[in-house]
Amino acid sequence: MPGYRVQDILSRRSLVSLLAIAAVAGGATAAFAYAGGWLSPGRLQPAQIVNALEGHDGKHDGFRRAHAKGLCVVGHFDGNGQGLALSKASLFRQATTPVIGRFSLAGGVPNAGDGRVTFHSLALKFDLPQGEQWRMALNHVPVFPVATPQAFLDFQLATTPDPATGKPDPAKVQAYMAQHPETKAFADYMAKAPLPSSFANANYNSVNAFRFTNDRGQTRVVRWIFTPEAPFEELDKATLADRPRDFLFDEVAGRLAQGTLVWHLSVILPNAGDPTDDATKPWPDDRQRVEVGTLTIDRAVAEDDGPCRDVNFDPTILPAGVSPSDDPLLAARSSVYAVGYTRRTGEPAAASALAADKAFPAPASSQPAAKESAQ
Amino acid sequence: MKSTTFSGAARLLHWLMAVLIIAMLFIGVGMVSTVGASHDWLVPLHKSVGVTLLLLVLIRLAVRAAKGTPPLPADMPAPQKAVAHLSHLVLYALMIALPLVGWSMLSAGGYPITVWGAVHLPPLLSPDRGLYASLRHLHTYLAYALFLTVIAHLSAALMHGLIFKDGVFQSMAAWRTRR
Ligand code: HEM
Ligand code: HEM
Ligand code: HEM
Repeated sequence: MPGYRVQDILSRRSLVSLLAIAAVAGGATAAFAYAGGWLSPGRLQPAQIVNALEGHDGKHDGFRRAHAKGLCVVGHFDGNGQGLALSKASLFRQATTPVIGRFSLAGGVPNAGDGRVTFHSLALKFDLPQGEQWRMALNHVPVFPVATPQAFLDFQLATTPDPATGKPDPAKVQAYMAQHPETKAFADYMAKAPLPSSFANANYNSVNAFRFTNDRGQTRVVRWIFTPEAPFEELDKATLADRPRDFLFDEVAGRLAQGTLVWHLSVILPNAGDPTDDATKPWPDDRQRVEVGTLTIDRAVAEDDGPCRDVNFDPTILPAGVSPSDDPLLAARSSVYAVGYTRRTGEPAAASALAADKAFPAPASSQPAAKESAQ
Repeated sequence: MKSTTFSGAARLLHWLMAVLIIAMLFIGVGMVSTVGASHDWLVPLHKSVGVTLLLLVLIRLAVRAAKGTPPLPADMPAPQKAVAHLSHLVLYALMIALPLVGWSMLSAGGYPITVWGAVHLPPLLSPDRGLYASLRHLHTYLAYALFLTVIAHLSAALMHGLIFKDGVFQSMAAWRTRR
């Protein structure tokens, strides 16, 4: 029997065994590296997309890599029971659910001016019984400029400002647009469509489709929309550049200092053939809608003292009764938001634009806002 | 006489957990490096199997305390025995630490900790952004350390089985418990 000494281990008789062991260890390591994407540079990885966002708008430590400028809100949701026919999600019961959320504008620059033709957005976190949560990140426009994560990356790269001119290279933009008529259609739509004059009178859309399952196991793919009670008014696009930097956030905080804001949540049911895997394609306006409850926003708190800054509004954090659809953007959002979240939480938190804005209305409630913890 | 193999329960747990842990390492690095649809089901699977492994390692330590372990061969040099024992200690420490760090990091990030479809575990910590980021990185480093330790452990086990032929491999790989 061979002994334990080095010369025994390295002896002729052991050679085949040693090679076999090295092959097992080396093979396992190679397989691990392959699974982690280190051997496949062609695989689209979430970090590449976060890098592209940082390249596009600059890296701003401590802030979200997209929708960097925002304001926390606190409110509640009252279900009317109608949604239960579609999904067993406990949010749809005739009950009140506490909500925290965040108004934001798209873009990765934390102190950008509000006068831009861009998304007005609302992110929400519903705290359901037994520790269950439902998180959403919603836009005022019902469609998205790209249908796939690869197109998202290509679009970011094509529109990244050239350091020499400070503007995107028109040739790259044109080349991208020629490949992506859906993005061109989106840009034309944004140029034409009226922008809401306030966060308060905007619709907020799921954009992506989701799968609903009721307690009888019946499944449907749906989208949803929050429609405001505040009457729609249009922002004058001609004077956007002249408006004060934080006018939209100041305006909505001012409204909330006066009273609550209410939206109605409707689930939108597609007709056969409506696309569920392509967020660039709207569903026609005549699709059946089921109103399932009302969202009330009670007050606003600057991010610095509010409950929303350190939350990842990952739209795949869903309650029982709701799951992702076959829309390829959803998995990508989850994976990309996680990378961005890990980066920004690892950097020191910096003061938000609104904290430094003297015109920003103080919160309506008299209790110290710092008591809000990011539960 | 003392048994020359690990108890049946210990062997069953060892091989079940070996398969699950190796799967977890691959699922982990795979899910964080893709933007594809598999991310949707890999992440919930990772949390569920991870918390299951935390329960299994506790059971395994109880079995070990109750049933004991076979001695290493008498003629094995003392330093080599020490390395073997140390490596097992490291493996146990990582088997406990990884799921605890996973659970804690989700707590610090304010995430719901949903496992097995519909069980929501209580947070182990209150939300804290800096702590989330540190634990998230720690989870990665510990997982890489576990992977390397498993590779070393597996290579050593195969050396016992193929080169030393001293019964150590059989003590874990045998179908039947032997005296
Ligand atoms: C693959 C496509 C997409 C990518 C890569 C992407 C990327 C990002 C990133 C990196 C963030 C910051 C997350 C954080 O640090 O917490 C973010 C936030 C956000 N995204 Fe997306 N996004 C995508 C698609 C969408 C779509 C389809 C919508 C439509 C509703 C959307 C709406 C939002 C909103 C509202 C926020 C702000 C959430 C908050 O306030 O925290 N995104 N996005
Ligand atoms: C033996 C147990 C476990 C092993 C071996 C393991 C291993 C891993 C690995 C290798 C990664 C990828 C790290 C990277 O490349 O950055 C990962 C990520 C992750 N693990 Fe675990 N893990 C374990 C237990 C858990 C548990 C119990 C949880 C939660 C309950 C958990 C939650 C996560 C999450 C959420 C991520 C991805 C986070 C993100 O996308 O940023 N893990 N894990
Ligand atoms: C994730 C993978 C693995 C882990 C975490 C692991 C862990 C452990 C631990 C902690 C022990 C010590 C048992 C005790 O003293 O209570 C052990 C023993 C053992 N393992 Fe593994 N193991 C893994 C995979 C493997 C593989 C793949 C092999 C074979 C190729 C193997 C072969 C053995 C053998 C032969 C022993 C007995 C050593 C002795 O008698 O002291 N293990 N393992």
